[in-house]
Amino acid sequence: MAATATAEAPRNSAGRRLAGFLWRRPKLSLGLLLAGPIGWLVIAYLGSLAVLFAASFWHLDTFSGQVVRGFGLDNFQTLVTQDVYRSIVLRTVLIAAAVTVTDAILAFPIAFFMAKLASTRTRALLVIAVVMPLWSSYLVKVYSWRIILAEDGILNWALDPFGLSGPGFGNVATWLVFSYLWLPYMILPVYAALERIPDSLLDASGDLGGGAGMTFRRVVLPLALPGVVAGSIFTFSLTLGDYITPQIVSSTQFIGNVVYQNVGVANNLPLAAAFATVPVMIMILYLLVARRLGAFESL
Amino acid sequence: MNGRWAAIAAVTCALALVVGCGGDDESSSSGSGGVKAPEGQKAMSELGKGEGQVNLVAWAGYVEDGSTDPKVDWVSDFEKETGCQVNVKIGNTSDEMVTLMRSGQYDGVSASGDATLRLIAGGDVAPVNTELIPNYADVFDALKDQPWNTVDGQEYGVPHGRGANLLMWRDDKVSPAPDSWGAVFDENSPYKGKVTAYDNPIYIADAALYLKATQPDLGIDNVYELDDKQFTAAVDLLKKQRGIIGEYWSDYTKEQAAFTSGDSVVGTTWQVIANLLEADKVPIKTVLPKEGATGWSDTWMISSKAKNPNCMYMWMNHIISPKANAAVAEWFGEAPSNKKACAETAVKDHCDIFHAEDEDYFSQVAYWTTPVKDCGDDRGETCKDYSEWVQAWTEIKG
Repeated sequence: MAATATAEAPRNSAGRRLAGFLWRRPKLSLGLLLAGPIGWLVIAYLGSLAVLFAASFWHLDTFSGQVVRGFGLDNFQTLVTQDVYRSIVLRTVLIAAAVTVTDAILAFPIAFFMAKLASTRTRALLVIAVVMPLWSSYLVKVYSWRIILAEDGILNWALDPFGLSGPGFGNVATWLVFSYLWLPYMILPVYAALERIPDSLLDASGDLGGGAGMTFRRVVLPLALPGVVAGSIFTFSLTLGDYITPQIVSSTQFIGNVVYQNVGVANNLPLAAAFATVPVMIMILYLLVARRLGAFESL
Repeated sequence: MNGRWAAIAAVTCALALVVGCGGDDESSSSGSGGVKAPEGQKAMSELGKGEGQVNLVAWAGYVEDGSTDPKVDWVSDFEKETGCQVNVKIGNTSDEMVTLMRSGQYDGVSASGDATLRLIAGGDVAPVNTELIPNYADVFDALKDQPWNTVDGQEYGVPHGRGANLLMWRDDKVSPAPDSWGAVFDENSPYKGKVTAYDNPIYIADAALYLKATQPDLGIDNVYELDDKQFTAAVDLLKKQRGIIGEYWSDYTKEQAAFTSGDSVVGTTWQVIANLLEADKVPIKTVLPKEGATGWSDTWMISSKAKNPNCMYMWMNHIISPKANAAVAEWFGEAPSNKKACAETAVKDHCDIFHAEDEDYFSQVAYWTTPVKDCGDDRGETCKDYSEWVQAWTEIKG
């Protein structure tokens, strides 16, 4: 026994010494653990944002088409003075808001049923059903919607006997498709928030004479609101940044389409960067409000 | 200028007179708009041994080695013959191609007319000694020495192929059959909401082309050299057109689907899309409208920093050889650049379908080229450059 122990000890000694060294310095070991993720956050995330922000002050030399790295506010002036950019921002924000509201209204009953009424088995099935669409490709889903909404598509076929026709490709189509795409991102946080509400609170409300409506308004909604706001961060920001869906199911321009057009087609990186700071600002404001509503405890 | 060239010039002139604009012979050759190539560039004088590989930037479908479809392969033979391994990077837009070429990692590129001048002016591509490319002799004369591939008499590449943007409509839904671009620019069109257009700033040239014929007092000559007044008129026309557009198309599959389903019934198209639709038995018809049309003509160019110049020269010779040129033209759906390619196509009347030998047809085509500030005539530097075209396009779509 003693012989084996002495034989093994030297093999581990280097690792052990390091372990002991780190054990005596908890701050250092924590720092080493977090160096990777924090480095990634600071360099890749914040770094790229900083570069984006810096690039938004550059401008394009009209003669050679090359980027000139000097300070100037030309891009922001263009964005403010030309009506088209304002209306694109407005359209993007309005559709993002409409999608968020739609998803919240659709998600709440499903989430409530899953959290409070369904049996364990049904609940598991429902969770799978909600998450299932996330397994298939984004593009396949959007193109399927294109087929549904097309002139000779299934929607027009179904509406035809009633003398109606579908919305065609346009703003309404984008709103529909986005609402479909991001619904799971709303259901899951709302479900998580509702599940955390103890059943006893609902019973107590009933015992004190609160009807279904009163219980919903005074007990369920306030407690579930952070979950709804958390879900809205996803639905709102995902819609705000998307440019592929508008391109496929409509010819409307979102902020992303203009950014894409300026980087990919025009090589006008500075204007694209300036316009890209707009959704960043909108999201910062949105997150500040969301934090006040307690959304971050529900994520 | 040989006899054929003169005939083309005469036809162009006659057309210019018909549509009532005062263009002259010089206008077509001034298309390069004062683009200056950097000094001191030399074309290769002698072809050496292959370097063993060549790195290309190309449009999808231009360099096929059988990996997309085993039957579609004009690269393997080249690799066997020359020992040059072909590596290809697909460029999705002209702008992406320019950026890739500026990285200096590639030997050559298949550039469209809206990229070539930028590459030449930026010194990213080198002059080409066409004497080292035996197949160049068989290239259609109308494609040689054009403003988008030649500066100051020096060739910067070999023509690959060309096509025109046509007017297409659903025969069962549109009557009478249109013969004018007016069909897509009429505010009171009965096909409101079913009109389509190409989703790219370069489409502004299509509006200019229509105005050139219908509003002669604007004095539009070259549709890529628009001064403030002409440009505003074209943009206004497109803003009005926005009201009758159902959706724009940016890739060919989108337009194919829209015409199949009937979401679009009239609009601009490429020949290849019309062929695909006809194969699917969709009742469509196309025409080159009486105003003429915009189009594209692609050029293989060699990088000024090419590490494998010998292999690149061999590739340029290969891609315009009758067999390879026929194969790529058929696969992509365009007119080949080599006269002898017409005898090599699998579909015997390919060259007729794509009007490869029909110079009257192509004389009505204004090939895509990069709009630059310098108008290339006595108007001086008052024309709108490409970045302004892009901004205007954003405004048009709204």
